[in-house]
Amino acid sequence: MSESPFQSVLTPEDARLVVEGGEPPYFRDLNLDQVVARIVRGYEEYELGAIFRTRLSRTDDVLYRQEVFSDLEVDETRAHVVAFAGAMRTMRRQLAQVEQRYYARERQGWFLLVAATYAEAVTRLDSALAPIELGSRGMRGLRDHLHAHVESAEFKRLAADIASVTGALAAIRFAVNIKGPRVTITRFAEDEDYGAAIVRTFERFRQGKVAEQSSGVQSWPENSHVSAQILDRVARFHSDAFVALDEFCTRHRQFSDALIGTFDCEVQFYIAYLAHCSQLQEAGLRFCHPRVSSRAKTTLVRDAFDMALAQKLVAEGAPVVTNDIKLDGPERAIVVSGPNQGGKTTFARMFGQLHHLAAIGCPVPGTRAQLMLCDRLFTHFERQENIATLAGKLEEELQRVHAILEQAGGRSVVVMNESFSSTSLHDAFVIGRAVIGQLVESDLLCVYVTFIDELSRLSPATVSMVSSIDVADPATRTFKILRRPADGLAYAAALAAKYRLGSDQVGERLRG
Amino acid sequence: MKVRLLHPNRDYELNEKLAPQHEDTVSDLALETLFATMAAGDTRVHQIARDVMLASLDEVATIEYRQRALQDCLAQPLVVTELYELAVGVREAERHIFGSMWRSPTSIVHRSVQVLELFIDALKRVSALRQQAAARFESEAFVNLFATLANELDDEFFAEVDLHLKRLHFRSGVLVSAVLGPGNRGERVVLRAPRERRWRERLALAERSSYSFVIPPRDEAGARALDDIRNLGIGDAADALEQSCEHMRSFFRQLRDELGFYVGAINLHQALTTRGAPICFPQARPADETTLAFSDLHDVALCLTTDAPVVGNDLEATGKRLVVITGANQGGKSTFLRSVGIAQLMGQCGMFVSARSLTTDVRDAVRTHFRREEDATMQSGKLDEELARMSKTIDAMTARSILLCNESFASTNELEGSEIARQIVYALLQAGVKVLYVTHMYDLAQRLHEDASLDAVFLRAPRATNGEARFQLRDGAPQPTSHGEDIYEQIFGETP
Repeated sequence: MSESPFQSVLTPEDARLVVEGGEPPYFRDLNLDQVVARIVRGYEEYELGAIFRTRLSRTDDVLYRQEVFSDLEVDETRAHVVAFAGAMRTMRRQLAQVEQRYYARERQGWFLLVAATYAEAVTRLDSALAPIELGSRGMRGLRDHLHAHVESAEFKRLAADIASVTGALAAIRFAVNIKGPRVTITRFAEDEDYGAAIVRTFERFRQGKVAEQSSGVQSWPENSHVSAQILDRVARFHSDAFVALDEFCTRHRQFSDALIGTFDCEVQFYIAYLAHCSQLQEAGLRFCHPRVSSRAKTTLVRDAFDMALAQKLVAEGAPVVTNDIKLDGPERAIVVSGPNQGGKTTFARMFGQLHHLAAIGCPVPGTRAQLMLCDRLFTHFERQENIATLAGKLEEELQRVHAILEQAGGRSVVVMNESFSSTSLHDAFVIGRAVIGQLVESDLLCVYVTFIDELSRLSPATVSMVSSIDVADPATRTFKILRRPADGLAYAAALAAKYRLGSDQVGERLRG
Repeated sequence: MKVRLLHPNRDYELNEKLAPQHEDTVSDLALETLFATMAAGDTRVHQIARDVMLASLDEVATIEYRQRALQDCLAQPLVVTELYELAVGVREAERHIFGSMWRSPTSIVHRSVQVLELFIDALKRVSALRQQAAARFESEAFVNLFATLANELDDEFFAEVDLHLKRLHFRSGVLVSAVLGPGNRGERVVLRAPRERRWRERLALAERSSYSFVIPPRDEAGARALDDIRNLGIGDAADALEQSCEHMRSFFRQLRDELGFYVGAINLHQALTTRGAPICFPQARPADETTLAFSDLHDVALCLTTDAPVVGNDLEATGKRLVVITGANQGGKSTFLRSVGIAQLMGQCGMFVSARSLTTDVRDAVRTHFRREEDATMQSGKLDEELARMSKTIDAMTARSILLCNESFASTNELEGSEIARQIVYALLQAGVKVLYVTHMYDLAQRLHEDASLDAVFLRAPRATNGEARFQLRDGAPQPTSHGEDIYEQIFGETP
């Protein structure tokens, strides 16, 4: 226990996790709402949503989580944690039973079970983690804390009491005779299993396989004074065991460790995210730990993809196209142009998602990534609703852009998607040029999706990327966004070629 | 209690549905006529006949086992039929015993006891029939069945049943044992045989041996909870009884299904003898002794559907795996092919055949590829269909099968058809398949005939001339023309 006392697997001991309540405004634009909903599906009881929504502000906080991810990316380690979580889940179900019992002996029986499940889960995790190489501060701290807990005298007493009381109760067998309203409880005596006796007589007729018959929906009544009275009579035959149970419940009223409970919840953040990643990894997609910096603006991502689109495509068995991002030196803004339906918006979302995911400490889509740890993240997507006129729409858009420009600073990330597309080409160009100018001036990082390719040639800070098409078959969209000068004519030329209307072809046909 | 009338070492299990790979065989060989005659209106026998016949036996010993059992049946048709009807009747009678809508353990026990009584009554009648008739049976199958019945349905068994029927009234209460499960809840509840009075008294001598309490008359919740516990116990009896009834039911079902085949065979035998068709039990040879030889073989399907006298055919193809049949249209080629296919199937399920004598080696499946007259689609589509069907047929074959081809690949031009057919025939023969091929493609027949290495038999359908038996085939090399012109001329009164 050389390191500082363990507090949380989510943040270093000197930090306090401040969880934002609501959904950030950019969540829906980036489809991060879908991503998070999908990730936490099946993990509802842990209420992980807020953790996925809250970006970290310090690179060390990000690093702390990346370390834990690295440890839990090892299948064996993760399997132990998942098994532990399963046991804790069982324990909570059993605890609910305790609260639902009316009669003391039933309640005590359930309480014993809760304690047994807890003790076994904790012991198992402790011995499972002991021999494992752990690199993260978070997991090492947890392991030390866990071990100290398991080795404490109190816990040892708990484990020993569980074993003896459980053993005594499990050994009890009894018989009940029901004749009319009269119930008679006796000790068990090796009376013949009568169902088996019947089956034995008729077994000779069996031909091959027979489905087991079961009339059985009935079960021993719970919370019934009849069961309770029977149990009381059984207890008279076996008073030692029941006295011991009673003592157990008094002595071990508070048996669980609060930090271990917190860990069980918090670690699900990692487990849920990795479980989701592994589904995408099975489809051949890759994730990596990004290098994050709060100062450097160099942005480099290889083979990234849109998480929301990927989960949909993988579910359909469709291939997912990956793309690269690079902003180097003075470059700050990526201006994406090119044919529609070519993956421009997807690219823009991906850019935003990468920054959010990196800022919550998660592995990001891609094989290699370097990203700025942003302090603000803004999106500007077209709003369909509540727009009466085109003029009203442009006004609404400009108001939102204005608000973004007011707040954004040098560590912000801005994603603008098809802004001002409803206005005239000239207006869109002029407004776009002005907005991009201001964005660049703020020294923030941004993606600007537009149909106006001139916007990509504004300054050394702007980089042109183009959604590409397959020249051989222009109807096939590649969804590749490539870093190259915008050329609005390439797509049209390829389409013409497909219908043998390219200039050479038409010439040939005319000569032909 | 094994019935084992169809297989010496295993139970027969009916597949009620016709497997897709048999569909062509059934329609090409007109087998439904045969099944219907065997069934004589009994749909179960219909299914059994179809299933047993199409699932060819591949062991000579099992074929002979059934042949001997069938000989017993043909000698004692009344006993066999009565036993079958007993097995059917008990299943019918059970349908009239209704259960309660509420499947409570008590109602299940109530119904099961009634069913049990019905079954026991039927078993007593089976026992009586056995005592009276067993001596007249000689086959291993029936001798063993009757011995099993004598052994298992003895006085001790019936006494045990009586005791159960008495105990199931639960006069001294329902006694269950239990352990404490999670949360001290009663668990692993097991119904116990009622304790004898003597035992109870002895227990009473020990320390304190029992505690009792009584649920007051107005305590409905208490009564319900008590019922739950009681039902856990009675549920054991209900389960055991349902399982026991299911065992007995399955015994009667087995008896019915295995007898069903013989009942069908008795029906067919009667239909054929009434029509004067010849009957014999064939000689089955192992698959490696290639043989096909018969005299006066009749097409059973034709026998059953026509009143006109049917002409039988002879063949001697010992050691040969290819028989090519050419010759006049309506010269009896298809009938011949069908009679061989049906005889092969009848023989391989242990039945008699309609011939004076027949010897054949055992094949694991009889497959057919008959020209489909009905789909008169485009030529190319038809060849596609034929090729696809042949491919499916071959999927359903092994090297030990027999394939009957009737004008296969005649849907395209002769040159193409003959080449395709030739390649397939060679490939099949090479693999070990037995092939009977009816064709009017002279090119095909001639090329097969020229290849002496094939060692095939060639038969030719004669021209129909007045006064001659029309449908008897003879040995003969292929001839360049078919006789379609003749028929044309007969019908049109002029040459085409």
